[in-house]
Amino acid sequence: MDNRTYKTVGRTVRKKDAMQLLLGKPVYTHDIIPKGALVVKLLRSPHAHAMVASVNKKAASAVPGVAGIYTWEDAPGNRFAIAGQTYPEASPYDRLIIDRHIRFVGDVVAIVAAETEAAADKAIRLIKVNYELLDPVLDIHTAKDNPILVHPEEDWFPPCQVGGDPKRNLVACETDSHGDVDRIMEECDIVLEHTYHTRAFNQAMMETFRTYSELDRYGRLHLISSTQIVFHTRRILSRALGIPKSMIRVEKPRIGGGFGAKQTAVCDVYPAFVTMKTGRPAEIIYSRKESFDAGSPRHEMEIKVKLGADKDGRIRALDLYTLSNTGAYGEHGPTTVGLSGHKSIPMYTGSLEAYRFAYDVVYTNTVPAGAYRGYGATQGIFALESAVNELAEKLHMDPTVMREQNMVREGMVMPAYYGETANACALDRCLAHCKEMFHWDEKYPVRDMGNGKVRTAGVAMAMQGSCISGIDVGSATIKLNEDGGYNLLIGAADMGTGCDTILAQMLAENMDCSVDDVAVFGADTDASPYDSGSYASSTTYITGKAVEKACDDLKKKLCRIAADMLQVDPADVQFEGKYVRCLADDRKIPLGDIAYKTQVFSNEHAEATASHSSPVSPPPYMVGMVEIELDKETGHVEVLNVCAVVDCGIPINPALATIQTEGGLVQGIGHTLMENVTINKKGKIIEDNFLQYKLPTRLDMGHLKVEFEQSYEPTGPFGAKSIGEIVINTPAPALAHAIYRATGVWHRELPITPEKILMELLQKN
Amino acid sequence: MEVRMKLNGKNITGDVRPDSLLIDFLREKGCVSVKRGCETSNCGLCTVLMDGKPVLSCSLLTLRAAGHDIFTLEGLQEEASEFVGFIADQGADQCGFCNPGFVMNTIALLRENPDPTDDEIRAFLSGNLCRCSGYEGQLRGIRNYLSSRHG
Repeated sequence: MDNRTYKTVGRTVRKKDAMQLLLGKPVYTHDIIPKGALVVKLLRSPHAHAMVASVNKKAASAVPGVAGIYTWEDAPGNRFAIAGQTYPEASPYDRLIIDRHIRFVGDVVAIVAAETEAAADKAIRLIKVNYELLDPVLDIHTAKDNPILVHPEEDWFPPCQVGGDPKRNLVACETDSHGDVDRIMEECDIVLEHTYHTRAFNQAMMETFRTYSELDRYGRLHLISSTQIVFHTRRILSRALGIPKSMIRVEKPRIGGGFGAKQTAVCDVYPAFVTMKTGRPAEIIYSRKESFDAGSPRHEMEIKVKLGADKDGRIRALDLYTLSNTGAYGEHGPTTVGLSGHKSIPMYTGSLEAYRFAYDVVYTNTVPAGAYRGYGATQGIFALESAVNELAEKLHMDPTVMREQNMVREGMVMPAYYGETANACALDRCLAHCKEMFHWDEKYPVRDMGNGKVRTAGVAMAMQGSCISGIDVGSATIKLNEDGGYNLLIGAADMGTGCDTILAQMLAENMDCSVDDVAVFGADTDASPYDSGSYASSTTYITGKAVEKACDDLKKKLCRIAADMLQVDPADVQFEGKYVRCLADDRKIPLGDIAYKTQVFSNEHAEATASHSSPVSPPPYMVGMVEIELDKETGHVEVLNVCAVVDCGIPINPALATIQTEGGLVQGIGHTLMENVTINKKGKIIEDNFLQYKLPTRLDMGHLKVEFEQSYEPTGPFGAKSIGEIVINTPAPALAHAIYRATGVWHRELPITPEKILMELLQKN
Repeated sequence: MEVRMKLNGKNITGDVRPDSLLIDFLREKGCVSVKRGCETSNCGLCTVLMDGKPVLSCSLLTLRAAGHDIFTLEGLQEEASEFVGFIADQGADQCGFCNPGFVMNTIALLRENPDPTDDEIRAFLSGNLCRCSGYEGQLRGIRNYLSSRHG
């Protein structure tokens, strides 16, 4: 624990862009681009697996206003990955801009550019395609070593060796273990073995994918894109289009939500390709349907959990096997799967004697998956936390008491978490706090309401990481202005989370100024210092620390300039917020004077840039509890109360941390109770719109209550860890637990819809 | 086809195709606060006021709005400014993409029912989806605004 008090950090301030957003100002991609851009539309395959035999574009080309129609013959032959990851990526280079080989319903057959949307739509309808149909691989269980190959091409290329083999439909595989799992399983009084299944849930950010591209006044390719990853996008475009990185500029305006969806360059390449072909500005806006059919949803996973315990509830061994479906392309496939074990198993470090975690990631002819808040941990935690609840119910133990005797605690070394030490861990306090806040002892027992409805509760714990250890880089540039204020330039992407604001808070705290004195700019590959981007719960922890370092550098620099002005040694002056003071005689140089000094006959600028990376990824921890009322006649689950207590180190901005948590909880309720993804026999997603893919409304989430337990992470800025992702992880296992309490049936597949609850109840009775 | 309407208090005319949707017409006229979040009338992002009543501009032909009085957030900045700061204080603006539709519907709510209960707020705004905030912060913001009015 850290008991320091701060002026700005740890306090709620409004997001810097709040009033612009709330008053509907033009701040998003589609609001700010010039008129007259070509409208780009994609002709998508209705088939899951096919070869394009021929394309007749004669009639389509004759549509007035059509500027170009491009098919596989027009596209470069350089395979690339669209996953936003640090080079060399774990994701295989398995895509072309347009491929003759069609691999899922929604794969791109042709790119159309036209003066108007109507012309583009008409041309799309008039393109005639002959397909040679192939049998699709749709079942994850038969994908591995299936004679039908999703990626038979010889130029498939893995930048990293992650156990992939396209001749086996395998993107990645690995086995990791610690201790003798088999021996300890044998010694256990009780061994549970169950399989859990989660689907390709959609991020459903309110702003769909969109990108604008043009040639700028230097003839360079300039993109304005709704993206979390400006620098990765620049690199991806360079490879895909075969043009130098120095000829590309990528910037993001405000983003209408991302949740990881925009950690993949889903649509950027298409308008960029059109601009390179035509020399004209071009824009693509995905429809909601396209964002379902060809977005970058969560990886469908099937997780087998084998859990060995003693009869007193001591969990001794865990054996997990995850089968992950990456879909038609491998974006984020090799990496998401790792979190299903490495960010679930370590929660039981307190008692665990051995674990094994193995996985296969397979290609199928379904929508390619990507990054989604939680990134595999969500799936793994649903499975493991459900199994732990099943153990508790089987042993007739209170699941909170059982967790108390098994959980990871501060100071423990976590073998399943790359051997990292839990330097800051308040999971035990989170549980105690949540129990009290939620009134667990009153709400856990099943209460028959006398009208066919029962009330009861469920619980789950969660962890995540803070950054990708040893990989993610965050940077900050700070410039002093003539009025003593600062510009903060970052390459991290505020997608609504408020990172621009919390980074400004950290700057203000370090430089002893007001948040209002800080102007934040980001992100633009031409102007921002390098940053991996906003993903993997890294921005607060990594870019925050870069801000701290840049502040330290800038202070030293300002002292040096001021000392020169005062004609004293730099050791004899001190930075004091609004000025630099001479310790000997109290003379003060205001910051504005220092800034002006650097503009006249100066060889030094009043700015600093720093980068930061971390060898560790300190986990935030969390406990979530839900109270439901289940209608046994209809299977309907009404969420009454949701409580969560989070240990994110210290919340830099408590209001924003609270909203992150509340938003994650509701998103988690969505994929647990109502958001369904069904793939039909032809490989088509049935729920490809908001009529069928039901997002929670404000009538579906009950009452939320969120509080924090602070810990102090020594490697984080001001002791902070992350919060963005962990918050989505508890609702699924906690709700599945409560539904079991109410019905006596364990649901091991998400979502748990009223139909499923009712059918199971009918079958049971 | 020529269409005339009153937009944000001013008489305007436009030349539209028969299948033009009001949302596209309004954005074309510079009212870019009006957002499209779906194609199935489910998200509420495109909410505008027609003769004072909230309507989904994605589900209305521009010609249906002919002769009517349309307001978008661009025309109600002052009225919105009275309460949106309270939502900003909660951090509930988040990505902001749903904000204009949500704010427009909240204006409609407060005009119709100046002193709503929490349940009335939830019910009235239930057609306005938000994927970021979890809704509770929006509710706290509106509640704080209402409390501030009571002094």
